[in-house]
Amino acid sequence: MSGTSAIHAAPGLSYEAGHDHDHDAAGKALWGFWLFMMSDLILFGLFFATYATMLDPMSYAGGPTPRDLFELPGAAMETAVLLTSTLTFGLASLAVKYEQGRGRVLGWLGVTLALGLVFLGLEVREFAHMIAIGAVPQRSGFLSAFFGLVPLHGLHVTAGAIWLVILMVQIVGKGIDAGLTSRLARLALFWHFLDIIWIGIFSIVYLGGIV
Amino acid sequence: MSAPQSSKLNAQGYRHDLRGYLTGFGLAVVLTVIPFAMVAMGDTLDRATVIGVVAVLGVVQLFVHLRYFLHVDFSPEEREKVYLLAFSALLLFLMAAGTIWVLVNMNTRMMGMG
Repeated sequence: MSGTSAIHAAPGLSYEAGHDHDHDAAGKALWGFWLFMMSDLILFGLFFATYATMLDPMSYAGGPTPRDLFELPGAAMETAVLLTSTLTFGLASLAVKYEQGRGRVLGWLGVTLALGLVFLGLEVREFAHMIAIGAVPQRSGFLSAFFGLVPLHGLHVTAGAIWLVILMVQIVGKGIDAGLTSRLARLALFWHFLDIIWIGIFSIVYLGGIV
Repeated sequence: MSAPQSSKLNAQGYRHDLRGYLTGFGLAVVLTVIPFAMVAMGDTLDRATVIGVVAVLGVVQLFVHLRYFLHVDFSPEEREKVYLLAFSALLLFLMAAGTIWVLVNMNTRMMGMG
């Protein structure tokens, strides 16, 4: 497959590690992960579609509307944190690619993890507030769709954060070898992908709901 | 290749890659701030215009992320990835647009009966 060799040439996602055999295996694994991400994309897409069909006064069922629930500052904060974490993950990828040392890699991954946790904290606070004022999933079709879509993204970020911790532990324990760089390249794809999903969430759910 | 030369090339490569990530981040910030600012201005702007701008800039930002963070471009080496993305987008469009079409249609009919 000609595409797999190209994956190595891409800056940031491929690292000069191991000999050609390792190279091919890492490329295939990354290509496979791209296929998985596309299935995840379809999953998110259908949750978005379901949400879109629930943006109808009938689906609010006399309960709170998007305008009642969503606030710009909170959404802006979450967006800023997640977008910054995508940049810091990129810097970690570069630190691996250019062999800038374990400390630097761990540093940027640590910043990324911290930002991911701040993001999750902000989300949990938002959901807790909604639940406290009675905007629970069972209140209306619109809220069911919201709690299907946005926490699904949060769940992905949580999985990414756990994965990040595991890789950081491996770096501390075993250093940065070919296997680790390959796993880190897949996590990078996952993390950047989640920020793309967030573009859809802030555009459709928050901005679309408030405007 | 002698060591100093290769480390110089390495430094150049690093600066080039770093510039890529920073460019992507800068563009993403601009493409995020504009729609948030427009929505924050509230009723001073036409609602349909704001929705249109939010949608267009969202799609533009999607491509910025693909290009600068996921390193997908239109080079021959990346062609398979572009096909994969295009086919996934087609499937997504069929399923998402179909869902919205059918359910909105049904909503309308139910309203008529009620």
